[in-house]
Amino acid sequence: MDTLALLADGFATSLSPLNLMIVILGVTAGLFIGAMPGLGSVNGVAIVLPLTFIVPPSSAIILLCAIYYGAMYGGAISSILLGIPGASTAVATTFDGRPMAQQGKAGLALIAAAVASFIGGTISVVLFTLFAVPLADLALAFGPAEEFALVLMAFTTFVGLGGDDKLKTIIMICLGLVLSTVGLDLISGQPRLIFGDLPGFYSGISFLVLAIGVYGIGEILYTIESSRTAPQVTPAKITLNDLWSGIKTMNRMWRTMSLGSFLGFFVGMLPAAGATPAALMAYGMARSTSKDPKSFGKGNIEGVAAPETANNAASTGSLLPMLTLGIPGSPTTALLLGGMVMWGLMPGPMLFIEQPDFVWGLISSLYTANFAAVAINIALIPLFVWALRMPFTVLCALVMVLCIVGGFAPSQKMHDVWLIAGFGVAGYLLRKADYPLAPLVLALVLGPLMEKSFRQTLISEQGNVLAFVERPLSGTFIAIAALFFVLPLVKYLRKGGRRSIAPAE
Amino acid sequence: MLVADRVIAIAIMALSAYFMWHATALPIGWNGVTGGPGGGAFPFWLSLVMLLSAAGVLLRSLMQAPSSQHFFDSQMLRSVIAVVVALFVTIALIPVVGAYVAIPLFIFWYIRIYGGHAWVLTTSLVIGTPVFLFFFFEVTLKILLPKGVTEPLFFPLYAMFF
Repeated sequence: MDTLALLADGFATSLSPLNLMIVILGVTAGLFIGAMPGLGSVNGVAIVLPLTFIVPPSSAIILLCAIYYGAMYGGAISSILLGIPGASTAVATTFDGRPMAQQGKAGLALIAAAVASFIGGTISVVLFTLFAVPLADLALAFGPAEEFALVLMAFTTFVGLGGDDKLKTIIMICLGLVLSTVGLDLISGQPRLIFGDLPGFYSGISFLVLAIGVYGIGEILYTIESSRTAPQVTPAKITLNDLWSGIKTMNRMWRTMSLGSFLGFFVGMLPAAGATPAALMAYGMARSTSKDPKSFGKGNIEGVAAPETANNAASTGSLLPMLTLGIPGSPTTALLLGGMVMWGLMPGPMLFIEQPDFVWGLISSLYTANFAAVAINIALIPLFVWALRMPFTVLCALVMVLCIVGGFAPSQKMHDVWLIAGFGVAGYLLRKADYPLAPLVLALVLGPLMEKSFRQTLISEQGNVLAFVERPLSGTFIAIAALFFVLPLVKYLRKGGRRSIAPAE
Repeated sequence: MLVADRVIAIAIMALSAYFMWHATALPIGWNGVTGGPGGGAFPFWLSLVMLLSAAGVLLRSLMQAPSSQHFFDSQMLRSVIAVVVALFVTIALIPVVGAYVAIPLFIFWYIRIYGGHAWVLTTSLVIGTPVFLFFFFEVTLKILLPKGVTEPLFFPLYAMFF
């Protein structure tokens, strides 16, 4: 009951005219960003973050979450209409969404995607509401030792569960952590890694600079290859009749959609997994439990519904550890975390005690964002069809300008703009060489917390390293972390020592 | 592809070594008195892990058979380099001639010369973008973008809006 009362208070915040307007604005922006091929939620949040200074901090976070949500809905639009996933999270939607569009059922596919996203979003927000308080209560018992162990565990999930090359993943985690140490040492206050006394490095490297570089400039460079040809947009018209028959069809898929939602929510909580694998898993599960698995890939509407419920549920799932523990579950939530720290809202269990208005306002805004997203998504379909015809060069030029100006605005130093350009080029090259970028961004955001908690523990325990293992909670996390680290090694040994070399691209 | 993989691995190794060298400015060892590592330890030892992992990537690629696929195809490489050069030139110009000259120039280049779009679209974006930036950043957020030598031209605008 307590949760319900808090949630009701939250609605008082999120239904205020300003916040309602912000949710609608954010969801609409997110839908467009998500619909653009190449740009997904993480790019949207990185590019828009510097512009959110225009509203108060709590509304800025609501705006960013609404963009996150909208982008998750929007990703399906270009998957269906262009056959190119609007974001990597919508890859699985192309499998059946594209065939449906080619059969002239683009409208039905878009409705199915929107409704499924809504169901996935709503079920997962309810799960979020139920889990948030117990998890935050548990996290209250955390000391620095537990914090360190938890961050370590988050990183090892990339090694143990992530699909990328293990060595390259380790390199990116270390690079992110090392970049996070640039600036003044937390404990002694002395400058370090300032590279020949460059004054710009004294304040460290902001997560925003890395994110805008990698996800803004780097992403645009990466998509330049497709910018020369105009995409083929499948026309889609929607009538009220379509809408009605779409909803009736969806009504038969409750089992698929609820399975997808639960799966997405729990997979989304893991830093290394997230929305893309969740959507693929949900697609696979829907196919294997279907009575007619052969129709998948040929335009089965369930093949659109399953991944769309899962990727929306995963985006909510990744918010849960970010808000309650301060450990982001995805690169997008890592940026949200960085943004919150910038505005003085430190995520973690204390936030639930010190800023209940903000926390519950945010949670309730997820409910309103879902309603807004499904309505706007369906209502604006003709507009998306039109927007997808926008030449790529125009989009690229405008995003580049936003990256330059948005990178300058928070610190007002040209130093940061140069860093953004550098990170953009480096991120583009690394991505082409199959280095995963998500661990890099997560490591830069979590680096200061990791180092601080590690050294605080050792100072308070007089240098006793075993302190991390002796405390029950922290010991458990370390054990799980070790397991994730050993997992690839076990797989390797099982194969008789033959290293499975990933097929070179 | 394999060559690019090796070059990147070597670059990462060099970068790690460079980080390690800078990290030694602060103590990297274990300090028995205060308990725990010194200020340089975190970056130093992590850079070492990075160095070793990159060496692993390099060794692995040396043992692989060369693949026929290319990292870049030459036409795409040319577009990417053109955009990167334009970006760097724009950033370099911003402190000199100001954001309100450099950014429209960049847009003009990108839309008209690189993208080959019509004059109507080009002109509207070249004029529209700086106007939006001015009202969003300078008027609403009170964040002044660098203006370089064009600063005096903005005095009447400042007088009007501030």
